[in-house]
Amino acid sequence: MATKFNNITQTDNCYHCGDTCETILHFDNQWFCCVGCRSVYQLLSQNNLCSYYDIENTPGITQRNPVLSTAYAYLDDEKVANQLLNYRDEKIAKVIFFVPTMHCSSCIWLLEHLYKLNPNISNAKVQFMKKELHLSYNPQKTTLREIVTLLSSIGYEPAINLNSLEKQVKKDDNKKLIYQIGVAGFCFGNIMLISFPEYFGLDSFTQSTFSKLFGYINLILSIPVFLFSAQDYFISAWQGIRKKFISIDVPLALGIFIMFARSSYEVISGHGIGWFDTHAGLVFFLLIGKWFQQKTFDTLSFERDYKSYFPVAVTVVKDSSEMTVPVTSLAIGDRIIIRNNELIPSDAILLKGDASVDFSFVTGESEPVAKVLGEIIYAGGRQKGATIELEVCKKVSQSYLTQLWNNDAFAKDRQSHIESFQQMVSRYFTFALLLIAFGSASYWLFVNPVLALNAFTAVLIIACPCALALSSPFALGTAMRILGRNKFYIKAPNVVEQLAHMDTLVFDKTGTLTQAAASNISFHCIELSIEQKQLVASVVAQSIHPLSQKIKGYLQINQNLHIDSFEEVTGKGMIAEVDGHHLQIGSRNWVLGIAAKELKQNHLASQVYISIDNEVLGYFELQQAYRTGLAKVLNSLRKTYNEYLLSGDNDKEKKELMKFFSKENHLHFNQSPSDKLDFIKGLQKDNNKVIMLGDGLNDAGALKAANIGISVTENTAHFSPASDVIMDASMFEQLPSFLQFSKNTLKVIHVSFIISLIYNIIGLSLAIQGTLSPLFAAILMPLSSVTVIAFTTISTTLMAKKGGLQ
Amino acid sequence: MSIMFILIGTSLLLAIGFLTAFIWSVKSGQMDDDYTPSVRILFDDFDKKDNKEIIEPIEIKK
Repeated sequence: MATKFNNITQTDNCYHCGDTCETILHFDNQWFCCVGCRSVYQLLSQNNLCSYYDIENTPGITQRNPVLSTAYAYLDDEKVANQLLNYRDEKIAKVIFFVPTMHCSSCIWLLEHLYKLNPNISNAKVQFMKKELHLSYNPQKTTLREIVTLLSSIGYEPAINLNSLEKQVKKDDNKKLIYQIGVAGFCFGNIMLISFPEYFGLDSFTQSTFSKLFGYINLILSIPVFLFSAQDYFISAWQGIRKKFISIDVPLALGIFIMFARSSYEVISGHGIGWFDTHAGLVFFLLIGKWFQQKTFDTLSFERDYKSYFPVAVTVVKDSSEMTVPVTSLAIGDRIIIRNNELIPSDAILLKGDASVDFSFVTGESEPVAKVLGEIIYAGGRQKGATIELEVCKKVSQSYLTQLWNNDAFAKDRQSHIESFQQMVSRYFTFALLLIAFGSASYWLFVNPVLALNAFTAVLIIACPCALALSSPFALGTAMRILGRNKFYIKAPNVVEQLAHMDTLVFDKTGTLTQAAASNISFHCIELSIEQKQLVASVVAQSIHPLSQKIKGYLQINQNLHIDSFEEVTGKGMIAEVDGHHLQIGSRNWVLGIAAKELKQNHLASQVYISIDNEVLGYFELQQAYRTGLAKVLNSLRKTYNEYLLSGDNDKEKKELMKFFSKENHLHFNQSPSDKLDFIKGLQKDNNKVIMLGDGLNDAGALKAANIGISVTENTAHFSPASDVIMDASMFEQLPSFLQFSKNTLKVIHVSFIISLIYNIIGLSLAIQGTLSPLFAAILMPLSSVTVIAFTTISTTLMAKKGGLQ
Repeated sequence: MSIMFILIGTSLLLAIGFLTAFIWSVKSGQMDDDYTPSVRILFDDFDKKDNKEIIEPIEIKK
């Protein structure tokens, strides 16, 4: 969990964030990489909070890209603030923030000592696994904006977006299940204890005194199990029957009911002691299985759409004064101001300023696009550079990007099209069970009517498919945990089983098959001297353009020269005077001028040309890098899966990609978000079961429409579109192992089903003879459950080991 | 043998006591977060100079 940098000497690395120092700043005998990190240190040391640095080494979050303080102006808006607050009165206000940058024990410590930095915060508590910060503060003395500004100034910017304004219904289901388990466990234990003497046999004296007492105590203890702990099984069985759908809950509910009814009858009529111990034990084990299956990855959200990506508010100009307005109330014709690094929330026309928009999240393309005045800029882009002014031409919910969510695919929760193994089995199982029960009852009616009801209920009791009901939750739950350890996070356990049935893989290109950040960079033409490198590095250091940043990283020169003049021409490049030299760095046509036409151009890569003192020295070439092991992954999957590629880009990389994909007609370029969605639907119409792998908002439709959507992300704390699976991009090479593992898990379920069936047959053979004793049932039921639990968890873990997973 | 009745009654009462304690602990949020408290306990060494009282859990209302 904690990131430690023990092996790194302090002289090279920032004392605050552990990044390599390029320009070294000194303070208090410590080194810092940037002013931001240093000022956080100063703030903490003034407030006696330096334990922050003792708990973990370099726990800080880099402050190189500070957020403007005006960015949170919208929090002063009463309406916005009230939507975020959980509770508010005169003296106290409570709020819960999601803080994605929280990552180690130092973070917990600092966040829980926030009152030292702002004494009006009365209470701060972290829930680390959920990355939540619970705060109480005095609303008369401090404001939400002050607190959020403080948090982001020390590197813990809370994620506040459109989604956090929509109040989520708090889930109490989990707690209810824990109560149910607690009650069932308590009753199970006590009933077992009280039933024990009966099993060992009582003599005539104790028989008369205690047998009745024990019976009634058991009956009383069973009532809460029957009415409270087991209630969900009755409810879901009934709902299933009403929808003409026989789930595993039907035979379970039947078994639980018959067990309770017959035992109560036996105790009250004085015939025997009943099956209360089996009854309570069954419910207890079932609930444990349910709980085991409920594991979720709290910090990950599988349901994110554009709302979690879009900002809460935006600056609007009205009558030459600026004000912040919630994004949702933006109207057509509003003039909005977008500053550096802010997101354009709605389709809008550029009115003023140099727009250089980074659409990386929408299209996957990381290079900013220059826009001219009067051009429409689609929502979802991020402005890089100067402040621009735009006029809104569509409402947020109707923009080019967001209208994707109006598609039918988003209208309803997707139901799994594939019947799970358990569902299929339980249907046949229930009918077979009823057949046997009625069969044996009618047989005994003729032979010995006294035993008929006995045999009928005994069949339903013993055949109650407890072990069967447990095999899927435990196998899938274990598989889900193992995959989660391997950074392949699954939304719900049944997705593991569905993965095993898929036969088609569809990949997005940019960001999925290629690495978003890393690219191969090389310099062409003549070798640059150290002086020249220094000149270039000093100029590119001035620009926030991603290409400049990459060149800066490539040159690895830290000492910057003094810049005499610097101008950035949006979409073209930079002109600068450095140390008496004239530098021009930028796009090919711009730097080369007319000469550009004579040189052959490589379309595959981005090129940045360099000219010093009007002499073109050469160019940097940045080639997008495919993920490591891409060829291997695609080759090994080709035997079992059809592979398709959907790319929003043009087909300039087609030749390269043909090396990986065998069939040319499986490559599709220039796909819009809705094209992708339709393509997936088309595949499904031909009875393909489709896995879609994508990363951006433009894949959101396809991810939703596919049988299984896997969103590939470089950083799980960042935004990823709604999907069934979130896969860490570094694990891409393991994809074949993950898919194979899901198939193996399904085999484990099949085998465990056979095991539980054997137990059922043994029990049934006694039940139909009418000779099943409560003691035998009390042993058989837990024994079969424990065998199945042990078998599924152990063999799933072994399968994972065999498949090379951790 | 009548002592048995008292014994059974007492043992049941005791067990109900534990059940109540369990339900109370879930209700008060002790099961909500099973990681942070394990880290928090180690902070005492760093907090010694500080005499602010222990932070109370926040209940989510509304």
